[in-house]
Amino acid sequence: MADKMITVYLMGKKYEVPESLTIMGALEYAGYELKRGCGCRNGFCGACATVYRVKGSSELKMCLACSTKVEENMYVATLPYFPLVKQVYDIEKVRPQEQIMMQLYPEIYSCIGCNACTKACPQSLNVMQYIAYAQRGEFKKCAEESFDCVMCGICSSRCPAGISHPQVALLARRLNGKYIAPEAKHLTERVKAIEEGEFNALIEDIMQKPIDEIKELYNNREIEK
Amino acid sequence: MYSQDMLASIKKVEATRASRIGVEPRRMSAEEKDALLKEFHPDYRDVGFDTLRVGVNKGDKVPVELRALLEGKSRVSGLDLDLEHPDYDVDVLVIGGGGAGSSAAVMAHENGANVMIVTKLRIGDANTMMAEGGIQAADKANDSPAQHYLDAFGGGHYAAVPELLRKLVMDGPGAVKWLNELGVEFDKAEDGTMITTHGGGTSRKRMHAAADYSGAEIMRTLRDEVWNREIPVVDFTAAIELILDENGHAAGAVLLNMETGRHLIARAKTVIISTGGAGRLHYQGFPTSNHYGATADGLILGYRAGVPLLYADTLQYHPTGAAYPLQIYGALVTEKVRSMGAMLINAEGEAFMHPLETRDVSAASIIRECKARGKGVTTPEGQAVWLDTPMIDMIHGEGTLEKRLPAMLRMFLKYGIDMRKVPILVYPTLHYQNGGLRVNDQCESCIPGLFVAGEAVGGIHGRNRLMGNSLLDVIVFGRQAGISAAKACKDVHLGKPTLEHVNKFMAEMKAAGIEPTEESPKLLPHYARTGDAK
Repeated sequence: MADKMITVYLMGKKYEVPESLTIMGALEYAGYELKRGCGCRNGFCGACATVYRVKGSSELKMCLACSTKVEENMYVATLPYFPLVKQVYDIEKVRPQEQIMMQLYPEIYSCIGCNACTKACPQSLNVMQYIAYAQRGEFKKCAEESFDCVMCGICSSRCPAGISHPQVALLARRLNGKYIAPEAKHLTERVKAIEEGEFNALIEDIMQKPIDEIKELYNNREIEK
Repeated sequence: MYSQDMLASIKKVEATRASRIGVEPRRMSAEEKDALLKEFHPDYRDVGFDTLRVGVNKGDKVPVELRALLEGKSRVSGLDLDLEHPDYDVDVLVIGGGGAGSSAAVMAHENGANVMIVTKLRIGDANTMMAEGGIQAADKANDSPAQHYLDAFGGGHYAAVPELLRKLVMDGPGAVKWLNELGVEFDKAEDGTMITTHGGGTSRKRMHAAADYSGAEIMRTLRDEVWNREIPVVDFTAAIELILDENGHAAGAVLLNMETGRHLIARAKTVIISTGGAGRLHYQGFPTSNHYGATADGLILGYRAGVPLLYADTLQYHPTGAAYPLQIYGALVTEKVRSMGAMLINAEGEAFMHPLETRDVSAASIIRECKARGKGVTTPEGQAVWLDTPMIDMIHGEGTLEKRLPAMLRMFLKYGIDMRKVPILVYPTLHYQNGGLRVNDQCESCIPGLFVAGEAVGGIHGRNRLMGNSLLDVIVFGRQAGISAAKACKDVHLGKPTLEHVNKFMAEMKAAGIEPTEESPKLLPHYARTGDAK
């Protein structure tokens, strides 16, 4: 089945491409050998932030090139890099207190509430909301709201206050993961027991068994329901 | 979104769904599994392999595409390089910025070394970022590292190198604890207990996860830690050959700026290869779940320097790659979907296998269902089977799929498929390089000063890897490589840097009458359409 060809404008230049392609596929179909703006090719790494307009509309749209299909008369520009502000900190020394955001990312308090970040997010996250949580020191909520962030930086490219939303969210998630979420006591205890040699005999016992005996054990092992 | 034929087949899947809830299909016997693999697993297709004619593994078979690169033309051939005046001079050079490389860099830094990462794309552009389902560690009361060892050793067909597997399982809980203390958000119950599930071939529920962004959550945290420690990351820069000193000790690498084409020299007292896998070589024409840069570069560099390969002829085809729609062909559908109860169903609505067999067995079983039994669903790219995702909310309650598998839900919703309501189409996709460079449990190769970690290592998993053991392996061995390299660099006094090992390898190729068909390492796949674009 031959694909219908449509017209797209890649960095403003006109190409005819099959309509089933993603924007990334269209770039390669047009002959681009990608080096930047291409990472996991499946929506996890945030390398392929892209902006586009469709002819006849003034609306500026944002997406990931790897997981967005081309449209007729689409004008595409890739955004392979965006300068986010990343503040350096020592995870062992910071604490999940409100002032940490004021110290590291004070610009979040300049948010004017335009919501351009949320409108632009290719993951459909409520970006402005998670920044609001960060402002109030509600790191757990900020972490949950921002969890699916791929750090493509599109939100920041639209922000009149100069906020680096993905970095703010990452700080909140690390604070949540390390300090706020309850400790896994069984993990702490198991690590200690291994360090004290409690599991050495068990592992050595299985390692010294002849292969046939291990096969027997494996094929008849009980599987937890 | 689905075709009429697909919709008709979905009706059959729906018709049997209620009767399948709570019923566990029979697991295959060891004999059934062996016979299935021999007949249907791609590793047993002779046409996919060639015999190496040079190097330490001469006479061994490796994938056709890998041999062409192992026997490729060095990218330093004909270059006039000044190895004596390096552009970078460090204690530890880490090649590759994925989970293993980043863990190694953090631990080398922690141990006082002057460490630098070079990576041909960005730090975090790696298979670690794309790992969805989780990370194994034996940390529950009914579990032990020995039980983990048994599962992995059997699942890998008793071929794992015992000392490497022992290291993996014994250091597992410590690795998860380390990640948690860096701030990785694992799924936990109210009281802090880790929420763990099964993976294919596990006998205990020891799969820890961060929704279905497990690898992404780990990778972005490790990357942030590298940045916090201000470890230099030279991005868009590939290592194209190792440099050894006149005594055969690792001494750095020749680098290539991917954008400008400029060559640079890095001198280092120790080198860590953490370059990851090979999915983008598309062995046997399979699509892949791997990231853009997965081209086995480290295997080429290490092999030319004389490090043996182990199990380079065993690849992992993940049973559930997305088979439809075309735009996500080959993309990973995490095994966690099956861990949570979704079954594999053929075109007739039959559950043709237990959903949690090991990956090699599951992949072979799906291939058999489509190729030999004629019970696949026809797609534009070939055949596929159903993964009955609506079962998840039926078993665990409405909202579970959205909460535990947000990435999967989003991936299919983008193309108008709501996997909570309709099943999805899957077929095996090239996922993991089981084999790789040979090291000991301290990550030391046979070349002094050269360490290897992560997917570039061979032998940890034997001939098949279990779900959740690769995220674990990049952390356990990444950390160890960083510690080992930092320790080793203290006593190193480098001699004259040379590329003699490359010259020697090229001479050996010439003597064997081998005409290279391409330059290697490959660095990136060639996806640009050639010919005249309109």
